[in-house]
Amino acid sequence: MKFIFERDTWQEIYGAIRKNKIRTIITVIGVTWGVFLFVFLLGMAKGLDNSFRSQFNDFATNTMFLWGQQTSIPNKGFKRGRRMQLTLDDVQALESKVEDIEYIAPRNVTGQWGTPPGQFVKGSKSGAFKIFGDYPTIDKVSKKKIFDGGRFINEEDIKYERKVCVIGEDIYKQFYDKDEEAVGGYVRINGIYFKVIGVYKPTQTGFEGDDSIFLPFTTFQTIFNQGKNISWMVITAKADKNIVNTEATIKSTLKRMHNVHPDDTQAFGSFNLGEEVAKVNGFLSGMRLITYIVGIATLIAGVIAIGNVLLITVKERTREIGVRRALGATPAEVRGQIMLESILLTFVAGLLGFIFGTLLLWGISTIVGDNNDIPILNPTVDFLAVGGALLSIVLLGTLIGLIPAQKAVSIRPIEALREE
Amino acid sequence: MIEIKDLHKSYKMGSNSLHVLKGINFSVKEGELVAIMGSSGSGKSTLLNILGMLDEADSGTYFLDNVPIKGLNETKAAKYRNKFLGFVFQSFNLINYKTALENVALPLYYQRKNRKERAEKAMDYLSKVGLAEWATHLPSELSGGQKQRVAIARALAADPKVLLADEPTGALDSKTSYEVMDIIQTINDEGKTILVVTHEPDIADMCKRIVHLKDGVIVEDKPVKQIRASQYV
Repeated sequence: MKFIFERDTWQEIYGAIRKNKIRTIITVIGVTWGVFLFVFLLGMAKGLDNSFRSQFNDFATNTMFLWGQQTSIPNKGFKRGRRMQLTLDDVQALESKVEDIEYIAPRNVTGQWGTPPGQFVKGSKSGAFKIFGDYPTIDKVSKKKIFDGGRFINEEDIKYERKVCVIGEDIYKQFYDKDEEAVGGYVRINGIYFKVIGVYKPTQTGFEGDDSIFLPFTTFQTIFNQGKNISWMVITAKADKNIVNTEATIKSTLKRMHNVHPDDTQAFGSFNLGEEVAKVNGFLSGMRLITYIVGIATLIAGVIAIGNVLLITVKERTREIGVRRALGATPAEVRGQIMLESILLTFVAGLLGFIFGTLLLWGISTIVGDNNDIPILNPTVDFLAVGGALLSIVLLGTLIGLIPAQKAVSIRPIEALREE
Repeated sequence: MIEIKDLHKSYKMGSNSLHVLKGINFSVKEGELVAIMGSSGSGKSTLLNILGMLDEADSGTYFLDNVPIKGLNETKAAKYRNKFLGFVFQSFNLINYKTALENVALPLYYQRKNRKERAEKAMDYLSKVGLAEWATHLPSELSGGQKQRVAIARALAADPKVLLADEPTGALDSKTSYEVMDIIQTINDEGKTILVVTHEPDIADMCKRIVHLKDGVIVEDKPVKQIRASQYV
């Protein structure tokens, strides 16, 4: 193997490659194209993946929603069909009893599920919107992006039942002139004056949309006379816990507290994002798999092209190889040279394909940028995957190079030199 | 230098077998210049191929510089060819993408000589055949005679024991043929053993000994009075 590191070997190969320009170019194009496609596909898949993930990003993925429904099994003297109303006491109990919980945020809403929306008045304009009563904790579960200058509800707001509100971008657009400052101004909600403390950006997930109003939970409680009742709660499990298991634990805890039969599946409704994320993940993995299959198939096609071209050149170079053998080239040297040619070509071509592919991805990334309409975000390639691809292509190049190399060696010098 | 005893060789042609060499006995001493003559089909090329270790005999013995040449694998044969033999072909067989100098240096490359030594030696031999100023030219830029001279320089570069020339003047006009023979004679004068396969009597007469082959046997083996090629140049 010593000859691999000798300058002379490479000089011989360089000479052979340089003097066979056309076949070199054809060969290189084949593999460059293969690797280029591979990198491109992989990058686009990654971009799509990133994009999907970013949609979930403002939402902790191990999150569940929980609300009360009606019992379906009579239990301990209670009839079936009993309405379950979740309260702040349930929230406190769950927080202390279930260890898996990272955050728990009770929420109230009006304007959803048959409840009347709130009346929003600013100046002479008015409109009806959904109104949420929230704790600051909700921001940890589902991040609200607030425009510069504003803020979300904080603990002080809760404590002092401040009459402050955060409004959606759509409301801002409907009620305010362009460049008019909303934060600090006053609006009327159901006849009560509120100070606007922030305008939130539209979110991709959740049902708040961009035309809701957020009030401090305690303020909401008082204004709408809710007592301890809550509409539903949002719970995030600790990072290392499976939300599906946590959901089961929480539900059975609640059933015990509310005298609900353990087998009653109707008493409490819930929904968790974990399953949805798993579906998307499944889709994305499927796509990645297809990408890999297509990419690898293209790579193999490229490498076979190299083998093919080399095989043809070996035939063309029969006489040259014969002369070399007559001058004292051993079969190993001839084989080594042809194989190194194959390896070098595949490697250089692969590297070129990688560079072109990366450049294209970079270009796409620059053009698309943060545009949300195109579901491609930051399309990059995993260096490990590309390194693996390069390595396997060189390996394939070696294997495929064996065929022409063996062919070259099998030519007996006497046949190669026979006068035609 | 060369000792051949009872050499037989036959080729299979379908179901028939063609007996080409039918018991050749032949020896060449160091410093000889031998012409092997014969019409086509006489077996002269086959004999040369066997001498050149490009082909192997069916039976008989072959000693080259007291080394038995028998049952060599390709690697060994390549090493022996490189060490013992220099080849000159009718169609020159230069590598077309290498310059004259690189072509001459090729056997030295396979001898694992370092670059500097290769370049120096190759240049020496190129000067010897009078082509020093053509060193950087590709074969396509050389005339037939020049190509053959480069080929001779290449054959000599590895300093072989024996030079085997297969119809070295076959593709050349008579004037260039004599130039090439002049070079071959000069090399022989310096003590190199040379075998020339030819069917041209005037070329054969420029050797010191003529071996006539006919139908696979030697029919005549006689020393001749050498005609110097230089007088025609």
